[in-house]
Amino acid sequence: MHLENISLNCFKNYSTLEVAFPKEINCFVGANGSGKTNLLDAIHYLSLTKSAFNIVDNQNIQHDKDYFSIRGNFRVNTKKYQVQCSLQLRQKKVVKLNQKPYEKISEHIGKFPLVLINPHDTDIIRGGGEGRRRFFDVIISQIDPAYLGNLMQYNHGLKQRNSLLKQFAESGNPDMDLIAPYDQIILDLGHKIHLERSRFVTKFVPIFEQHYKNLSEQKEHTSLHYTSELVQPDFDSRFRHNLQRDMALHRTGLGIHKDDYVFKIEDYPLKKFGSQGQQKSFVIALKLAQYDIIKDQKAFKPLLLLDDIFDKLDDFRIKKLMQMLGEHKFGQIFVTDARPERTRAIFESLKSDMDLFLIESGNIKRIE
Amino acid sequence: MQYPSKLIEDAVNEISQLPGIGKKTALRLVIHLLKQDKESTLHLSEALVNLRTQVKYCKVCHNISDEEVCNICSSHRRDHTVICVVENLPDLMAIENTAQYNGTYHILGGIISPIEGIGPDDLKIDSLIQRIKNRSNEVNEVILALSSTMEGDTTAFYLTKKLKDFDLKVSTIARGIPVGGELEYADEITLGRSILSRTAYLHG
Ligand SMILES: Nc1ncnc2c1ncn2[C@@H]1O[C@H](COP(=O)(O)OP(=O)(O)OP(=O)(O)O)[C@@H](O)[C@H]1O
Ligand SMILES: [Mg+2]
Ligand SMILES: [Zn+2]
Repeated sequence: MHLENISLNCFKNYSTLEVAFPKEINCFVGANGSGKTNLLDAIHYLSLTKSAFNIVDNQNIQHDKDYFSIRGNFRVNTKKYQVQCSLQLRQKKVVKLNQKPYEKISEHIGKFPLVLINPHDTDIIRGGGEGRRRFFDVIISQIDPAYLGNLMQYNHGLKQRNSLLKQFAESGNPDMDLIAPYDQIILDLGHKIHLERSRFVTKFVPIFEQHYKNLSEQKEHTSLHYTSELVQPDFDSRFRHNLQRDMALHRTGLGIHKDDYVFKIEDYPLKKFGSQGQQKSFVIALKLAQYDIIKDQKAFKPLLLLDDIFDKLDDFRIKKLMQMLGEHKFGQIFVTDARPERTRAIFESLKSDMDLFLIESGNIKRIE
Repeated sequence: MQYPSKLIEDAVNEISQLPGIGKKTALRLVIHLLKQDKESTLHLSEALVNLRTQVKYCKVCHNISDEEVCNICSSHRRDHTVICVVENLPDLMAIENTAQYNGTYHILGGIISPIEGIGPDDLKIDSLIQRIKNRSNEVNEVILALSSTMEGDTTAFYLTKKLKDFDLKVSTIARGIPVGGELEYADEITLGRSILSRTAYLHG
């Protein structure tokens, strides 16, 4: 898949921008705050109809303007597509494919897949279980749309059950006939989701491990485990016996919404014992595994966006990454770096395949 | 929006309270009314006032009715041993339009949804039980015709539990209706078929 060009109007710090990307590798260099990440974010909009950084769409409209518009032309195999995403203040966001607006914007997601690696990603490691569940849920949903449906149903049932728990606690008299159907939904869907997650992790782990090994030259051993209460054979009865506690807390204490993915380095939690570089390598390996999985699913290569990826990686790991780029393991790539000299040096060997762009406060210039 | 007249503004504000009508549409309707002769607006407002002040609910099934008891409940040609339980009036009308059903109805007035704070006590469940308890009614079958959403299923489950001690056949309409679908929007053929091939509820 190839993004041939993009044009922006009033998007973040870009008033207007038109730029073509004929090459596979595209580097954006420029000072802090010049707009490198914003340009990646515009590409993110075209793929996923939203920002990777700010979920409040209207805050991505340029200050003091009342709309933004992002347009790009994609090529998938030999077919060409135009995608446009625009937002008028106080109106609904509009996403168009070949000039035709979607009725449900969510239908666009997955058509032009993209994987973004950026400095905030280490939140997956350092943050709570919710972020880790979301990371995996998004990937599993892409391969199996039924999974997303089950997950949404589950979350809805969970919300209903939690409201009921609160009402029971307030009235002091639980009505088993009322809660029983929700228990059943949560158990049935919970087991399905648990099975899907287990299956997925089994498939994901070897791909992930391969990437980590390759990046680190097997310097350290890392592991990734999926943990869930649902592996207990007596889970269903434990769930039902937990009602009194659930009522006291107004919330359902057991279930797949408490699942987690445990990351370790040399058998210690990566969160506490991993260096910044090791955590960053771990995240890159996670994301590259995500890339491979989507690529297999789609039978074409997603876009790869690398935002400030070189910071905190040692020379060896940078070299390894570059080797992968050089071997054309990926399709089109967009890289940002605040240090042009470093990028120039890193990409020296790949010169012919690449365009280097200098970004200066919302303007772009290709460097020969 | 700025209006040249307070009268227009008031009318627009009232009309735009209606579901699915924004200020722009409301303004278009107001201007349309002003172009018509006075009579037609008076007829409209009279109909609305009468609707709101004179409407009655059938004391048996809670259907909207001009009398104490609606014309379905008072008809001798309907089968009073069968009650079809629906969520609301549009669902009742949808089933009536299939012309496949000859029993009576019971309108719950909603569906159980804890998030929205709607529990069994907010629905007309007691009056349903009373109808069944009253032997002279000779009710021997209850059909649960609720939307196949999580809330519809939960409500059906709850009702089944409440009805299990009566000597009754309890069935739910067959799911020709798309899962997650709202009864009101199902086409008549699908809905008619679903009523005919209803399936018995297993007491769990
Ligand atoms: N809605 C907006 N309107 C105008 N400018 C905005 C808007 N949102 C963000 N900006 C500006 O965009 C700039 C940040 O751009 P961006 O994050 O792309 O920088 P960068 O080149 O990636 O920098 P770094 O090297 O620090 O990562 C900031 O100066 C910010 O004020
Ligand atoms: Mg940046
Ligand atoms: Zn009636």
